[in-house]
Amino acid sequence: MAEQTVPADPPESSPPAGPAPGTGHDRTPGSGTGRTPGSGVGGAAVAADGPAAKPDAAVVRDALGVGIAVGLSGFAFGVTAAGSGLSLLQTCALSLLVFTGASQFALVGALAAGGNPFTAAAGAFFLGIRNAFYGLRLSQLLALPRAVRPFAAHWVIDETTAVALAQPTRRAVRLGFTVTGLTLYVLWNLTTFLGAIGAEAIGDTNAWGLDAAGPAVFLALLAPMLRTAAERAVAGLAVLLGLGFLPLLPAGVPVLVAALAAPAVLWFKGRTSGRGTADAVDTRTAIPGAGRPGSDSAGTAPRGEGAEGAHKGRGEDSTDGGQRSVEEGR
Amino acid sequence: MSVWIAIAVTAVGCYVVKLVGLLVPAEALERPLVRRLAALVPVALLAALTAQQTFSTAGSLVVDARAAGLAAAAVALVLRAPFLVVVASAVLVTAGIRALGG
Repeated sequence: MAEQTVPADPPESSPPAGPAPGTGHDRTPGSGTGRTPGSGVGGAAVAADGPAAKPDAAVVRDALGVGIAVGLSGFAFGVTAAGSGLSLLQTCALSLLVFTGASQFALVGALAAGGNPFTAAAGAFFLGIRNAFYGLRLSQLLALPRAVRPFAAHWVIDETTAVALAQPTRRAVRLGFTVTGLTLYVLWNLTTFLGAIGAEAIGDTNAWGLDAAGPAVFLALLAPMLRTAAERAVAGLAVLLGLGFLPLLPAGVPVLVAALAAPAVLWFKGRTSGRGTADAVDTRTAIPGAGRPGSDSAGTAPRGEGAEGAHKGRGEDSTDGGQRSVEEGR
Repeated sequence: MSVWIAIAVTAVGCYVVKLVGLLVPAEALERPLVRRLAALVPVALLAALTAQQTFSTAGSLVVDARAAGLAAAAVALVLRAPFLVVVASAVLVTAGIRALGG
């Protein structure tokens, strides 16, 4: 599997006119020589074999759409964090320094439930591990100088990955990543701040139903990930484990126990069906949920009844617009 | 204080993980088993967190207005509503039910 997806990338970076003279690598963002925005020259040459150069304006538009929609939901985080008892400074520090929405919500939720700092952080950390896999793919597509990577790393999240992977050329990948990252980072932190202030102003955030924001965010992130039977089984088992152990174990620990649903289902699948199906799953999940947030904000992908409905399993598999665009991008 | 510890540990952990992805040679993390687990663990965590934050209060299981809010979010997702609409519908329905004394 790995061998199949990796080689798929290099050709992806070459489509525009660049390759012949061997200057492909130097097409840094902004060096718009002759064939910039969809200029017919470079674009026409590769029109036949798939995605051609994409106008910068289109890339920026996509990136801004995702960045703004998701960035605004920092408001929900700010409110949730403040409502959970975190100070304004702590809330803003999370958005500035962690900058991974799901991990932030998880940490705040675990702390609010009375978890000790280390189990709470462990849950958030495990949730953030997927970013390493985004980084693997992005490092190939962005081809950043090593010195720049420590700075780019902070922006390696669901949304930037989804946008970057959907782009046809390296120039567009870099532009999409940068614009999404910048927009999202600025907005997410701004709205976190406003949300935290707002939460203090309105007092009892629960009366306003704001304690439902966290679970709703998780559900929106989760829904597009429930594509295969294995994914639905993991979700269903995790719900059972998480709720079942909730009254029995210290806060924060049940979620970690629930994470075991993933290896458990893999092990069970391995026993019942051969390797063939396991590999089939692998293809579909090669980029863990990469199409997800982009499609969330674009309002295309989400489906599924949510965690509890996960067992019911719905057959439809192919309607994930975001995922498809990611596939095309590769 | 313990909150700051949690924030610091999370911030460092999450950043290191992001950086590792950009720096580590692809082969190290591209092994099929590792990748499958990495794809499935977030599913498990998100599902468990969704359920816990909907159906628990201070360590015990409860069903309250949040369940209706989450159902509203699920409906919005099925209808392919934008991200913010999904979250807003959960909040509004939960608040509405509480306002009605639910």
